[in-house]
Amino acid sequence: MDTAVTAKKKWWSGGHSPFNVSYGKLMMWYFLMSDAFTFGALLIAYGTIRFMSPSWPDPNVVFHSFPGMGHADLPLVFVSLMTFILIMSSVTMVLAVHAGKMRDRQAVVKWMAWTILGGAAFLACQAWEWTHLHESGAWWGRNPFLNVDGTQASTNFTNFFFTITGFHGLHVTSGVVLNIIILANVLKGTYEERGHYEMVEKVGLYWHFVDLVWVFVFTCFYLL
Amino acid sequence: MEHTHTGAAHEEHAHDSSTKSIWKTFWILLAITVFEVGLAFLYLEYDFMARWALNGIFVCLTLVKAFFIVAEFMHLRHEIRNLIMTILIPLLLFVWFIIAFLADGDSWKNMRKDLSPGTPVAPTTHVTNEPAHH
Repeated sequence: MDTAVTAKKKWWSGGHSPFNVSYGKLMMWYFLMSDAFTFGALLIAYGTIRFMSPSWPDPNVVFHSFPGMGHADLPLVFVSLMTFILIMSSVTMVLAVHAGKMRDRQAVVKWMAWTILGGAAFLACQAWEWTHLHESGAWWGRNPFLNVDGTQASTNFTNFFFTITGFHGLHVTSGVVLNIIILANVLKGTYEERGHYEMVEKVGLYWHFVDLVWVFVFTCFYLL
Repeated sequence: MEHTHTGAAHEEHAHDSSTKSIWKTFWILLAITVFEVGLAFLYLEYDFMARWALNGIFVCLTLVKAFFIVAEFMHLRHEIRNLIMTILIPLLLFVWFIIAFLADGDSWKNMRKDLSPGTPVAPTTHVTNEPAHH
């Protein structure tokens, strides 16, 4: 896809992209950069409020459940599983991009299908977690959890948790939808006709970004 | 955009090495996550280090993971310098963004603590500086 990079190439003299990528890919990068600022703003707002609060709920107390394990105290286990699913789906996405570069249509279909499955599995996990929290009384504007120091917590904790993981989940959802559209096009032979699979790369960038954001959400809400 | 096609033999070679680096990146990300979760469990069980130090480790490891996702999975490391810089330099705003806002949150907390109704305004600060008896 890239043009040959020679040592003294004049990147800014016109006639070719100074970034050595196609317009679409560059715009995807710019979109992701702006999205990074959106998520950054949300997470920094969360950090500000947390720094402002005298005390805050302990994530290991709030997030301690696992589907089918009843009241067993299992902090971090479920969210680790979710993280693993998302990293894994990122890997299958790179493999799909890679297969696209090799013009191996069968392999693109296989890896895209696994990526979609991974995304759906992650969303299912999140749906379970939200349902579980909702059943224990947590929602926007409602916080049943106590602070670490035993005092009554404000609703800041649940408001930020549902807003930020919800916004991330929305990104995962639209990523899955985009992946399904691309997979349909691959099956239809659109990219075979076009001569390249660059669209797979573009949605790939978006999908990895969703994984990247989760890395930060995981740290901010579950580890710190 | 121009699209050049390299020879099949070259692609076969590239196929091998880049699939390898994809899986290598996967194992690095997995290992870091397992290490983080392991540390969190150790802390829960044994409380073996200061919370701030543990948080510092978590933040650093998060940045390492972010580096690998962006550099390898998003392929940014293999793009040309112009693209890398156009993406990364604007993100430097986050340095100011984070420091300013977290400091603001902290000062907000301190003001609420010091100025909340019923709180005597620093009643003991003068006394401690003076000798106990005149």
